[in-house]
Amino acid sequence: MAVGPQALEATGLSRPGRLSRLHEWLQQEHVFGYALILPALLLLTCLVAYPFGMAIYFSLSDYWVGSPGEFVGLQNFRDILGNEVFRRTVYNSFVFTAIAVTLKTLLGLWLAMLLFRSLRFKRLVRGAVLLPWVIPTALSTLGWWWMFDSLYSVVNWSAIRLNLIDPPGPNWLGVTSYAMAAVIAVNVWRGLPFFAIIVLAGLVSISREYYEAAEVDGAGSWARFRHVTLPLLKPVLAVVILFSTIFTFSDFNIVYVLTRGGPVNTTHLFATLAYQVGLNGGNLGQGAAISLFLFPMLAAVVFVQLRWIRRE
Amino acid sequence: MAAVQSRGARIRSSMFGYANLVPFVFFALFPFYFMLITSLKSDNELYDLKAVPFLIQTGAITDHYRFLFFDTEFLTWMTNSLIISVVATAISLVISVLAGYSLARLRFAGVGSFGTAVFITYLVPPTLLFLPLSQVVVWLGISDSIWALIVTYPTFLVPFSTWLLMGYFRTIPREVEECALVDGATRLQSLTRIVLPMAIPGIVCVTLFGFTLTWNEFTYALTFVSQTANKTAVVGVTADLIRGDIYYWGSLMAGAVLASVPIVIVYVLFLDYYVSGLTAGAVKG
Repeated sequence: MAVGPQALEATGLSRPGRLSRLHEWLQQEHVFGYALILPALLLLTCLVAYPFGMAIYFSLSDYWVGSPGEFVGLQNFRDILGNEVFRRTVYNSFVFTAIAVTLKTLLGLWLAMLLFRSLRFKRLVRGAVLLPWVIPTALSTLGWWWMFDSLYSVVNWSAIRLNLIDPPGPNWLGVTSYAMAAVIAVNVWRGLPFFAIIVLAGLVSISREYYEAAEVDGAGSWARFRHVTLPLLKPVLAVVILFSTIFTFSDFNIVYVLTRGGPVNTTHLFATLAYQVGLNGGNLGQGAAISLFLFPMLAAVVFVQLRWIRRE
Repeated sequence: MAAVQSRGARIRSSMFGYANLVPFVFFALFPFYFMLITSLKSDNELYDLKAVPFLIQTGAITDHYRFLFFDTEFLTWMTNSLIISVVATAISLVISVLAGYSLARLRFAGVGSFGTAVFITYLVPPTLLFLPLSQVVVWLGISDSIWALIVTYPTFLVPFSTWLLMGYFRTIPREVEECALVDGATRLQSLTRIVLPMAIPGIVCVTLFGFTLTWNEFTYALTFVSQTANKTAVVGVTADLIRGDIYYWGSLMAGAVLASVPIVIVYVLFLDYYVSGLTAGAVKG
């Protein structure tokens, strides 16, 4: 940097004594830099890095709420891997993430293109579409819970009146496959705006010239989408999909409010099962072991993201 | 090339666009509409299988709201949420402005690795750490109080805010700051008097997202606080309004609607900041 000694002297000289030396010391770029980053570093060390270390320690020990246990090696992992509910949770997590992220990507792309075209009421429509992402998820999921009620479901009421299904209609939260569908639907409902708004920003940044050139070459609308829009959106789509994958995979709110993991523990995700075992059941060791299964996915996403940032 | 299209074709194309948007807007807004009318219906109508669920046919009532205010701790929960959101956001803002400025503007050994570390913690989902953190707040002696949340919320706000602010700080030309330093300003003065005023959109954005994320937070608030009087609005409504019988939907929906109101107000006032922050936060990531 071009700034430097002169500026430092100019400020330092006016105040003599120990204070000014401290002052001068602080004015050095690296000292000032470390000083400013210190609070954030302390916070993240004490409340992110340290708990992460504790999670690993918990997972290797026989730790119950209120009684610090002994080191038991991989016993917790052996126990949960042999557990039917846990295996079901692994399966759920991948199915849930794969279907929800795919739906959000496809619908988000389609919605972004629609938002990009329509000009009138643009702000109003965008505001409406983004709303599910802004409202507290736990509260809007309460609304969905009511909409999927076993007796008074408005979804079933409408479908029966439209002759789409026979009364009384599916018991949404009482049957595993329907309950999974309901959880996925709410996750898509909540996450769709995030995809749409970011893809929309990507669309806005594509220069009109590409489309004009493609049109001169006689490309139809599908060809323009396939050969202009999609390749130029690829970086934006990659980021959104990675972000969404980690946050969908680690979701807690929707399953907790909508099904509590039920019926009979068949719709759990890692986070809700960890909560049930670690806090409701008090078995912190096993709970920590379950939540650590989120880590490989996190590591994979971080790895891909960092490589991608470095390449830019 | 649009000029080549006939007027009719253009109108048809725009009609097509609007028609396709309708299902999306309906899908996005219907749950909120349904929650609102549920909260205004009498129990007799709510639990009448022959009634049309989309409408209020026997007159809107405010009983469910009155129940919230007079028979539950709803107002306490709202106050708790407000205190927690404001304090946690303010603390995070200060920490992130300092860290973001340092990482975006200063040169020192290790600055790159610190930046990477912040980015990684940004991606750490809260559900990975809530079990050990629940023990940390016990050891700190703040479990079951609003302090448990004020202390832990910065763990997800600071990485996010720092990352967002770094982007804003980088857009300010370096020369402006260099001039100030040559003129005898200290580094701190240059940050507070030159850089901060130029980064106001970024600061507004971080404040809005901080308020929204803390108000909406559910996992930590559910896990670290169990006493009714110390709960946040989101957890209080979700966990404490369900009574023994099944006839609680009216007050449950009333609580969900009212606890969302502060967020809706902020959202309506600052919509454009939400859109730009969302885009900057993820795309620059």
